[in-house]
Amino acid sequence: MKRIYVNEKWCLGCHLCEYECAFANSGVTDMVKALKGKKIHPNIRVEDRGDVHFAVNCRHCTDAICVRSCIAGALSFDGEMVRIDQNKCVGCLTCVLVCPYGAILPDDEGHVAQKCMLCTNNFTQEPNCVRHCLNNAIVYEERD
Amino acid sequence: MNIYIQPEYEVVRDRDRCIACRVCERQCANLVHSYDAETGKMQADSTQCVNCHRCVCVCPTHALKIVKSDDTYKINGNWDNQTINEVYRQANSGGVLLSSMGNPKDYPVFWDKMLINASQVTNPPIDPLREPMETQLWLGKRTAKIERDEKGRLKNTLAPQLKLKVPIMFSAMSYGSISYNAHESLARAAEELGTYYNTGEGGLHKDFYKYGKNTIVQVASGRFGVYKDYLDAAAAIEIKMGQGAKPGIGGHLPGAKISADVSETRMIPQGVDAISPAPHHDIYSIEDLRQLVYSLKEATDYKKPVIVKIAAVHNCAAIASGIARSGADIIAIDGYRGGTGAAPTRIRDNVGIPIELALAQVDQRLREEGIRDEVSIVVGGSVRSSADVVKAIALGADACYIGTAALLALGCHLCRTCQTGKCNWGIATQRPDLVKRLNPDIGYKRLVNLVTAWNHEIQEMMGGMGINSVEALRGNRLMLRGIGLTDTELSVLGIKYAGESM
Ligand code: SF4
Ligand code: SF4
Ligand code: SF4
Ligand code: SF4
Repeated sequence: MKRIYVNEKWCLGCHLCEYECAFANSGVTDMVKALKGKKIHPNIRVEDRGDVHFAVNCRHCTDAICVRSCIAGALSFDGEMVRIDQNKCVGCLTCVLVCPYGAILPDDEGHVAQKCMLCTNNFTQEPNCVRHCLNNAIVYEERD
Repeated sequence: MNIYIQPEYEVVRDRDRCIACRVCERQCANLVHSYDAETGKMQADSTQCVNCHRCVCVCPTHALKIVKSDDTYKINGNWDNQTINEVYRQANSGGVLLSSMGNPKDYPVFWDKMLINASQVTNPPIDPLREPMETQLWLGKRTAKIERDEKGRLKNTLAPQLKLKVPIMFSAMSYGSISYNAHESLARAAEELGTYYNTGEGGLHKDFYKYGKNTIVQVASGRFGVYKDYLDAAAAIEIKMGQGAKPGIGGHLPGAKISADVSETRMIPQGVDAISPAPHHDIYSIEDLRQLVYSLKEATDYKKPVIVKIAAVHNCAAIASGIARSGADIIAIDGYRGGTGAAPTRIRDNVGIPIELALAQVDQRLREEGIRDEVSIVVGGSVRSSADVVKAIALGADACYIGTAALLALGCHLCRTCQTGKCNWGIATQRPDLVKRLNPDIGYKRLVNLVTAWNHEIQEMMGGMGINSVEALRGNRLMLRGIGLTDTELSVLGIKYAGESM
């Protein structure tokens, strides 16, 4: 299965992917209109400590703890990825508490959870963070 | 008191487009950009900007541009702003002005004053997509003697040759002046392209011995990193007598750039300045040079071609003639536009001659003396495009070295501040956080793309002339015509004026 991987060796900590993610999921096709003056809530976050940087997003675990702990059946693994159905989400945010990567988070309003669906749910149709990474640190590929 | 000097370039931000993502701030090693939490707006301090365009390229909303400042002293045809500022700078510091990359002054570019021929009717052009078009060539002596063994079979008396799939190699750039990742990109690209990169005078990093068959190792006046394994690893050995950017002077890599890794590779102590003397202290004549050429050949069993590299200077034709007689297999000539990681500005901008003129004269002289086949000629020092390569070959070169063009492919924006060691593109730096900005997986591919594209263009231009191999183009000056040149320039170049027929 293709997954997003981050190679810490090449991650520059520029945080560009966070903005590209927020843009991709904004529903607005102009980046300036989408993000100007807004606080962003991306599905990918860059962790920095000193010279080490690492972008983290959903690992799409096959036996995901978020799926198992969702009380509303909003999260599911479809064989490809872990999906969220925000219509079913009741905003208890149990998933946010249990995800060991901190990869699932409340949305802009904080009422439901949001997570990476590999950009299949937005107009970019391919992982936008991967596409815009300056240094090929984020890749979308098949690995065993 | 230091006189304040207004920056030459200004950072301009389109406030309507800036989304305050701070990517520019994180990517500028010169700390130009900053975020003002109070206003929620980005600020820029143009005095620190070197115009490397990193921020412009990474800004996701294209909100940035760098413009030439319109601030000016009173207009003066003799004392332009830059000249005045350089005086202020030296009066402030008392120091020699340092610069990097190639001579940027507005001297004539002779490549741009030569036009290439094409066939019409009588000698039809060749379509490189349908017919073979050879860009492969060999560098080395072509003076095999006909000798037979006792059984009457021909003996192979050909001196060692360097096989190139394309008439382009990467110029000498040392590890130290450029980064590990830049070197890895060059080495991997050379391997894939079937050509060579050159270690420069910085030694060969232990990780790169595996690219040995695509590596030319340099022996320069500082002799950094030279030992048996280094010579054995390489495909050819280059003795560096001079460099186009700074003919007649040595090199100086500041201690700050001598990291643990660079120190190990150069075989010198960490943190200590690496000084390359101006002359080789054992070479004061062609005879001395011959000794070094043969010492290196002896050390490597006469299996590797030896290159002697000189800067293009006034008397280079006579010098080249001496080199051709010294036993060297290849002469490399570096024009005055050639790049450098650091050179005194006055030297870079005022010493040496254009490669086009030097090449024409060297080729001419060697032919006149009947020793052109003793050596191959490789030229560098601002070969900017495939057209320059074609013109160089027609003027008499066997192949070209590209340095600046290769760095541009890696992202360099010619900000010409390599000497500061803060290259925002991860090229001319040893700072780990900057070096990592150049991912060799991307870099090597871009180099391969560039040279492959040039090679296609070379094939197209050759096809147009009805010539099907670079060997057949070499020294074919009838394929060139001058435009906007004086009689003297035409005669130095050995070409006719546009409109004059064969
Ligand atoms: S794949 Fe799309 S949704 Fe997922 S982290 Fe990357 S940009 Fe965000
Ligand atoms: S130094 Fe380079 S990255 Fe920094 S502001 Fe100037 S152009 Fe931008
Ligand atoms: S990178 Fe562009 S959008 Fe982001 S803060 Fe800088 S100027 Fe603004
Ligand atoms: S190598 Fe880097 S520092 Fe040197 S000119 Fe190019 S971008 Fe500037």
